[in-house]
Amino acid sequence: MRGDRRLFSGLDFAVPAGTFVQLTGPNGSGKTSLLRILCGLLPPAEGDVTWEGANIRSLGEEYVAAVTYLGHRHGIKDELSAIENLRITNALNGVDVSKDKAHGALEQMGLAGRESLPARLLSEGQRRRVALARLLVCNTKLWLLDEVLTSLDKSAVALVRSLIENHLDGGGIAIVATHQELELAAGRTKRLELTT
Amino acid sequence: MLRWIVWRDLMLAWRRRADMLSTVFFFVIVVSLFPLGIGPETQLLRTIAPGVVWVAALLASMLSLGRLFANDYQDGTLEQLLLTPQPLFLVVLGKTLAHWIVAELPLVLIAPLVGVQFDLRRETLWILFASLLLGTPVLSLIGSIGAALTLGLRGGGVLISILVLPLYIPALIFGAGAVEASIMGSSPSAHLSLLGAFAIVSLLFSPWATAAALRISLE
Repeated sequence: MRGDRRLFSGLDFAVPAGTFVQLTGPNGSGKTSLLRILCGLLPPAEGDVTWEGANIRSLGEEYVAAVTYLGHRHGIKDELSAIENLRITNALNGVDVSKDKAHGALEQMGLAGRESLPARLLSEGQRRRVALARLLVCNTKLWLLDEVLTSLDKSAVALVRSLIENHLDGGGIAIVATHQELELAAGRTKRLELTT
Repeated sequence: MLRWIVWRDLMLAWRRRADMLSTVFFFVIVVSLFPLGIGPETQLLRTIAPGVVWVAALLASMLSLGRLFANDYQDGTLEQLLLTPQPLFLVVLGKTLAHWIVAELPLVLIAPLVGVQFDLRRETLWILFASLLLGTPVLSLIGSIGAALTLGLRGGGVLISILVLPLYIPALIFGAGAVEASIMGSSPSAHLSLLGAFAIVSLLFSPWATAAALRISLE
């Protein structure tokens, strides 16, 4: 429910471990709203979201600790450098990332040599990469990614694909809202299409 | 965790020092305009000093309130802060503490200096310092509620003043009252203890109120 408009109803699905869900649909069909409901930022107008059998409302911080949400605003501070952004975001999530580990993650995201630049000097795609570097160091089970592929180049998209594949191999779940195809190995992709 | 939030906000403020300095300059200039405008009538200056300094402090702290959550809101870090596995009121408390250190503490420190222009005695300057030290946390704490409520609204800056300034009135009355009592030669301790009580009450309640307001603003 956004304002007076009902975006979707009768939505009922379960996501087993190790599954990739691709959320598609035209602009304004409620992909972002659904992801925000799933991460707990937005309470659903009706119905429940459950995690391992329990309502996420009652799980509270326990659920939040199992989720990484990347919105289409990247959550990168312009005044901080890439490495500071990465380390502080993780520290606030209770994951202590050492300098070396953060360097390694940023290098893997193709940001070697730019770790200490203030994020405002980075390009849009590079900032997106900084935000995505978080996926390398967090150890959460559920990833909720909203339009993370915009402004990324081909190599970065491939990187994201391999990141998600690794995550699924480890029994994780990724729910990704995207217009682009993420060609993952067959059999583990579920599609969820929202219509207006 | 609290430590990280405070540290993060202090670092951000340090990278944007100009914002912080503009608040302090605003305070100094507003307070200095009165002696310049009124002229060297020491008796009158002494009478208006408590009110002028305190009102200037209120207005200066209004200036910086808009930034408390707005920057984090715009770049999406605020929703990330909401999604950290810790009680939201702790996040709010950390941000408010950082705001107090960045925006209010410089005013407290410089107030005795600008108070000299009003021909206040040394003891009175100390009382001015003490009253601001006790009172400015109230401004930050109550102001954070207003900042959270007006988040993302157009014209939030004006709205926040209308919302928050009336709530500042008790702090203004007791803060300025303490300085006034000291000028009159009576004991300011009653005013100061009431101000302290007000600070404790707002410390207990406002982080929860702010957290609730943030959740609503971010839905």
